[in-house]
Amino acid sequence: MNPKLLGGVVIGLLLCLAAVLAPWLTPHDPNRQDLSAIRQPPVWMGGAWDHPLGTDSLGRDLLSRLLWSARVAVMVALGATVCAAVIGTPVGLVSGYFRGRLDTVLMRVVDVWMSIPAVLLAIALMAVLGVGLLKVILAIVLVDWTRFARVIRGEVLALREREFVEASRAIGLGPFRIMAEELLPNLVPLLIVLASLEMAIAVGVEALLSFVGLGVEAAVPSWGSMIAEGRGYLLVGWWGMTLPMLALVVTVVGFNLLGEGLRERLDPRLRTDAAR
Amino acid sequence: MSVRYLLGRVGLALLSLWGVTVLAFVVLRVIPGDPALLMAPVGASQADIAEIRAQFGLSGPIWLQYVAWVWGTVRGRFGKSLWLQQDAIRVILERLPATLEVALAALVLAVAGGILLGVLSVLWRRTWFESATLGAGTLGLSIPNFIWGLLFIVFFGALLRWLPISGRIAPDFDIAPLTGFLLVDTLLRRDPGAFGSVFAHLILPAAALALPLLAVVFRAVRSDLLTAVQEEYIVMERMKGLGELRIIFWRALKNALIPTTTLVGVQFGFLIGGTVLIEAIFSWPGIGQLTLAAFQYRDFPLIQGIVVVYAVTVILANFLVDLAYAFLNPRVRYA
Repeated sequence: MNPKLLGGVVIGLLLCLAAVLAPWLTPHDPNRQDLSAIRQPPVWMGGAWDHPLGTDSLGRDLLSRLLWSARVAVMVALGATVCAAVIGTPVGLVSGYFRGRLDTVLMRVVDVWMSIPAVLLAIALMAVLGVGLLKVILAIVLVDWTRFARVIRGEVLALREREFVEASRAIGLGPFRIMAEELLPNLVPLLIVLASLEMAIAVGVEALLSFVGLGVEAAVPSWGSMIAEGRGYLLVGWWGMTLPMLALVVTVVGFNLLGEGLRERLDPRLRTDAAR
Repeated sequence: MSVRYLLGRVGLALLSLWGVTVLAFVVLRVIPGDPALLMAPVGASQADIAEIRAQFGLSGPIWLQYVAWVWGTVRGRFGKSLWLQQDAIRVILERLPATLEVALAALVLAVAGGILLGVLSVLWRRTWFESATLGAGTLGLSIPNFIWGLLFIVFFGALLRWLPISGRIAPDFDIAPLTGFLLVDTLLRRDPGAFGSVFAHLILPAAALALPLLAVVFRAVRSDLLTAVQEEYIVMERMKGLGELRIIFWRALKNALIPTTTLVGVQFGFLIGGTVLIEAIFSWPGIGQLTLAAFQYRDFPLIQGIVVVYAVTVILANFLVDLAYAFLNPRVRYA
């Protein structure tokens, strides 16, 4: 296993563990306010062990909130990525396989879609849909399905000229059967890589939306909203903003490492590259 | 450059533009609930709401509404901003130079920095420098730019206090806008103090905006250069006794730049989108900062105007990049 892949897998596993075990790991209810203990520093800065990473300006335990936020991150990463892939992959397959006018039309739709800046589109969708976890996932899917469509189409354009596809055509397999049975299995390595990179993007977008107050509900802890809250008392307690930022950065970098590590492992072209 | 290629690109740009107007039109009309009700102030009467509906073209058959909306959009009429009580398009255009200034600064930074790092990492390959740039590339690419912005504010603004973190210029300078691009304006007015202030204010937001794109450019240049240094014409140059630095800078880079151009075109949309949060974080008075407020106030005329102006900017940029690409790449130029 190359070091990137190893790093990505470790971070991904830790994140999943944190998300699944959050109710048992956390010392406090993430939303319980304790106004007698606000903005307490982390333990290495003189804080108490009761709140190992300190508290925010409402006296909520930061460690508990960080761990619960991992749940949002994992759900968004998995939900948005799977849905975006499920929508984008068939579009890319059909577009690349049939080519011609259908391809032109579909790719123009993708072009137009992509000419609206992604952040703007996501914010607009959230403003229309209203806040909530499922709506965040929906907004990310609506913005990012084009990524899958575009890349898969490019790969299919190359694959469809290969002999094994020609052979399937020659023995009379229908186009949809070729797509499902011949092309799709060959797209799996690419899809895995795309999906890991998309998870990083989805987590980043969720944080961004929650940061501006257009993400998950206010009662659900999320790194993005924690960063926004911590920003309010940055000068009296730097940890309030820095800790969720650190969690976010580690997660996003982890998914990227996973994607890049997988690419180096799965793509034989890159493997020779690395050997050079 | 062939006329056909040019016409094709113009057609594509117009098509994208049309698609964007359809999207902006549809979004306003699929909102759950009545947009007129959302826009109406608390306690508005039925007559007031009917008036709002008429004012924003929300009454009558849908195709008529669409025609009216396109006609309005073509003339840049999005109506009066509900929040600012001014003509929406005027508000947007007044703030557009600020956004373009920071976006262009970020673009220059990303391209120049990316190319430089790419060249150096190939020149000094198999040294610590290559590993360092590769690691930095992953970081730059992974971390969203609003996080970079916040990190910069914490370190360079709050802890080290090296650079300003809010606004475009120190408040003690009073520069009457000429072009709206303050770097240009202060130069034209020959005011070095003000120029310095504008420049200092530009550094952090532009850098935060640039970093992810810089990493993308770096990787593209690097991988193209790595392929190029193995090509025969480069091996030939090396045999002629040219130094590695000259080979990479003057021979290999020329070919590596062509794919980079298209990449920058594709990525420019991300850069422009990034301004929404970067401007909010750095209190930068452009349309990005306006965007969040417009959504908060449910200011539909302003929102529609912003979406269209942003999209036009991206489409125009892509069009220009396509032209540049054709100009640089002889295969397209003579096709």
